[in-house]
Amino acid sequence: MSFLSYLINGISLGSVYAIIALGYTMVYGIAKMLNFAHGDIIMVGGFTVFTIVSTAGGSPVVGVLASIVVCTVLGVTIEKVAYRPLRGASPLAVLITAIGVSYLLQNVALLIFGSNARQFTSVVTLPALKLAGGKLSISGVTIVTIITCVIIMLALTTFINKTKIGQAMLAVSEDKGAATLMGINVNGTIAVTFAIGSSLAAIAGVLLCSAYPSLTPYTGSMPGIKAFVAAVFGGIGSIPGAMIGGILLGVIENLAKAYISSQLADAIVFSVLIIVLLVRPTGILGKKINEKV
Amino acid sequence: MKKRLLSLGLAVAMAASLTACGSSGGSAETKAPAGETKAADAAGTETKAAEEAAESAGGVFKIGGIGPLTGPAAAYGIAVKNGMELAAKEINAAGGINGAQIEYNFQDDEHDPEKAINAYNTLKDWDMQMLLGTVTSKPCIAVVAESQVDNIFQITPSGSAVECISGDNAFRVCFSDPDQGKASAQYIGEHKLATKIAIIYDSSTEYSDGIRESFVAEAANQGLEIVASEAFTADSNTDFSVQLDKAKEAGAELVFLPIYYQEASVILKQASDKEFSPIFFGCDGMDGILSVENFDTSLAEGLMLLTPFSVDEEGSKDFVEAYRAAYNEEPLQFAAGAYDGMYAIKAAAEKSGITPDMSASDICDAMKAAMTEITIDGLTGTGMTWTAAGEPNKAPKAVKIENGVYVIQ
Repeated sequence: MSFLSYLINGISLGSVYAIIALGYTMVYGIAKMLNFAHGDIIMVGGFTVFTIVSTAGGSPVVGVLASIVVCTVLGVTIEKVAYRPLRGASPLAVLITAIGVSYLLQNVALLIFGSNARQFTSVVTLPALKLAGGKLSISGVTIVTIITCVIIMLALTTFINKTKIGQAMLAVSEDKGAATLMGINVNGTIAVTFAIGSSLAAIAGVLLCSAYPSLTPYTGSMPGIKAFVAAVFGGIGSIPGAMIGGILLGVIENLAKAYISSQLADAIVFSVLIIVLLVRPTGILGKKINEKV
Repeated sequence: MKKRLLSLGLAVAMAASLTACGSSGGSAETKAPAGETKAADAAGTETKAAEEAAESAGGVFKIGGIGPLTGPAAAYGIAVKNGMELAAKEINAAGGINGAQIEYNFQDDEHDPEKAINAYNTLKDWDMQMLLGTVTSKPCIAVVAESQVDNIFQITPSGSAVECISGDNAFRVCFSDPDQGKASAQYIGEHKLATKIAIIYDSSTEYSDGIRESFVAEAANQGLEIVASEAFTADSNTDFSVQLDKAKEAGAELVFLPIYYQEASVILKQASDKEFSPIFFGCDGMDGILSVENFDTSLAEGLMLLTPFSVDEEGSKDFVEAYRAAYNEEPLQFAAGAYDGMYAIKAAAEKSGITPDMSASDICDAMKAAMTEITIDGLTGTGMTWTAAGEPNKAPKAVKIENGVYVIQ
């Protein structure tokens, strides 16, 4: 019974990683850049909800919607101001810019909110689900997180495969130059990608803070890094890959904590990553692309 | 146009930095209103001088303070700063030390060893003669290495790791980690609180790991059974579900939390979500849990902690009232420790007869000898004495949180 409990907690943690990883993987797949500020957008989402719900006493629904709007606008603005002017620059320059944006967001949050941790009031008020005569208790947040993750993943796959914008994204990801020649607005498509990625970050932020209720300006950085690992693990650029990578990472982390050592959990997670990458350099579902010389 | 804008921007930035320098230079006179520490802390430093101290007949003793005014351990640093301020004002009003007034300067270290060293250097530039601090263990270990070389007298109100007072110039007001772990195990054993104990600790801090080690060693003598010993690190301090599940699974009646209050607040929340309600028992790092923003304090009902100070004690009444009046909040034991630290400095200074015109190093030599000869009836213990190694001798006490306040056991 305890195994099931660890497993479910792992899937829940993994679902949060998966939602964050979806943001990383979409942006990477389409803009070919690592948006290291992604983790901090999660934090902004968390603080937006906290300000509206806990400080101003608004309803959780308004809080969540507002945080989605704030994060989407923020994501698109960052893309326009910090990344778009560097589209032609070397990947390294864009990477450094992304790290800069990440620190900027953290420090602005430090300035506004201070670095004292706050307890986040969960926006999920569902009661815990009790199974097997109360021996197995699954919290409401866990259920909501897992369901949300599945819905997002299905919606995203449908969106990319069935809509025009989705097809445009695929085209841009394959070949920017050719997509431009076909009349696709590359900049617009990338902006939409950032908007979707950032709104996912907002949702991830709400779920993350609801399940693990401590909110500081650094809240997003460690989950951000873990989610990036999950994206690489599953094959960066692949949407189902991000999902699988995220959930596997969460499960491995929790089971390692439970059965091997709570101290070594992170080390074990990263060792598994190294082994997977040695065997499959492109990740679990990554595509093998032959570079033409 | 762009260039012109840029140069204008640079000019503005330069002007701003100039005024910033000017204001920090003259900030000996600035006084932040009590209780509004948070806003002022953004600047990182705060300088305050005793009333018309500088020109008084006997000169001034310059006492520096270092601790986290911002960051995850801010509650401790702010409490120490307030306690220090309160004691300094009282001592100055009562005629100072050996006829000399106290001037003090408290610097923020954000609970970061590197920043603590920066703060220490800032204070040295300010001609600090004695140091009260630092507040948390890791920064304290870093600073004590420097102060030992410089031979500056240092007394930490709350740095509890063994190495915090590794230099012979350093003393402490609180118990050391091994003493806290041992005292916790003894308290639990003697009061028969539980026999099956789970420990959740932070393996990335000396503080937590040190207490756990000595707790485990003493638990065997007390007939306590450690059924689970689970770690987390600074990088994984938001999800404790596995640790709690394992403690629950192992049938723990008491969960020992030798950790800081911030993580503890998350643990209490997650335990209540899991409907796991053993006795939770913490050490001095737990002090401050009731001040976590947006924390549902009903979750802390029944929580016990080992602390040398309680607001409900008869002996601390005057201090508590003065503190409430000045800062509009309940004093933590950190504030009491800082207050006692200042009075220890006063007692040792009077015993050794030091004067402000002596060098910091000469003061340190005189104070070192005097510290082992004084006895203080303070807020954190009566009849406190110190060994030459810097450790205090006093009896531990435990409190329980009932209806949102500490009740002494």
